[in-house]
Amino acid sequence: MRQGVWREMASRTFGRRVERGVYNQPVSDGTFIACPDCDLLQRLPDLAPGASARCPRCDKELWRRREDSLQRTLALALAAAALYVVANTVPMLGLTAVGHQASTTVLGGAEQLWHDGRETVAGLVLFTAVVAPALQIGFMLLIVLGARRERPPRWIGTLLHHHPTAATWSMIEVMMLGVLVALIKIADYAKVIPGLALFALGALVFVLAAMQASFDPREVWDRVEWAEART
Amino acid sequence: MSSAAATALALGLQRCEACGLVSRPAPGTDEGSCPRCGNELSFRKSASIQRTWAFLVAAVICYVPANLLPVLTTVTASGRDSDTIMEGVVLLWSPTGWPLSLIVLVASIMIPSAKIVALIYLLITVQRGSVESNVQRVRLYRVVELIGRWSMVDVFVDTFTAALVQLQPLMSVEPGPGLFFFAAVVVLTMLAVESFDARLIWDAASRGEVQHA
Repeated sequence: MRQGVWREMASRTFGRRVERGVYNQPVSDGTFIACPDCDLLQRLPDLAPGASARCPRCDKELWRRREDSLQRTLALALAAAALYVVANTVPMLGLTAVGHQASTTVLGGAEQLWHDGRETVAGLVLFTAVVAPALQIGFMLLIVLGARRERPPRWIGTLLHHHPTAATWSMIEVMMLGVLVALIKIADYAKVIPGLALFALGALVFVLAAMQASFDPREVWDRVEWAEART
Repeated sequence: MSSAAATALALGLQRCEACGLVSRPAPGTDEGSCPRCGNELSFRKSASIQRTWAFLVAAVICYVPANLLPVLTTVTASGRDSDTIMEGVVLLWSPTGWPLSLIVLVASIMIPSAKIVALIYLLITVQRGSVESNVQRVRLYRVVELIGRWSMVDVFVDTFTAALVQLQPLMSVEPGPGLFFFAAVVVLTMLAVESFDARLIWDAASRGEVQHA
């Protein structure tokens, strides 16, 4: 009974079929797609780099062909990883007021919340500002590196599957705005010293956006090793 | 739409949520796995309407304490002073500080309430089988999906204000109980948006066309 629960949870979390091994029959043509927002079946045209295809019924952008997607995404993901390390190791904000000094890092913010008895909110801040961005960057690095092989292995597909979730909960840009508001608010009654991490985070906002924009998941999905090939 | 829209559902095909591959379930079943990525497939997100309602009702319940309880408490030599989100907006409002006040007002008050109202509207129209303004409704859904995360701004503002202003015994700032409920509203509405299946907006129209044909 207990095992059943864990198995169900594992299958829900990792999207793996543990018991149900029936695979659907793929539609022969890979350019045949259904719109994610309105389910309309259509054929993707062959696009020139930089062009995009939209659903004729609901105007959803279905695909944008990127130029040199894998190389650019790799470069941006490496830059993001470097900025992420800086942003989480050095002080972000410092403060001096009437002889007192204080400074905090991103982690320090979550830690202080925890000490003040707001453990759940501290966990949420830790997740959206530290854990999810790390997953977003780490997954992307592994995906792009794995996709350099002729036939990207199965685990690339698993990472590709979960990458959008990591991106949804990674809120560096929202945190950046929050930090700026806090900074200006505090500046009214104390001297605020922006730290190096603040600038690293500011750059990270743009690098992450560029990384997401340069990545073309279709290109990787088209080549990934199929799940049914393993059975 | 003049001709009946050829949807994946109408042709008995399933689109994988993870990798986008369109595939046909084995005869007699409607739940298989994606042959490419192994993800579980279904025609629509499972129990989409019920799950969205559940998250939404929970969000509405948390919305009340989120706005009534203080999110920040300032402790000074002269005593304790607690502020709710709205009081924070009012306090920030000054000839020079009004843009900040506006950011917090939009992110913390307007976006969460607009999100809740928009999702209730989408759920009710889908449940009533509305076939009108489908394009506008799916656009509304995309906007709600896009702006939802920005409500977290206030959580970060309060987190870093409390982390930095620790000048004991002179002055310190503590997060208040309202912050938990506010964060809960943001997370619950994001989960509600994720549970909602935009394709349901179009399904009523497809059903109508099938009946007329």
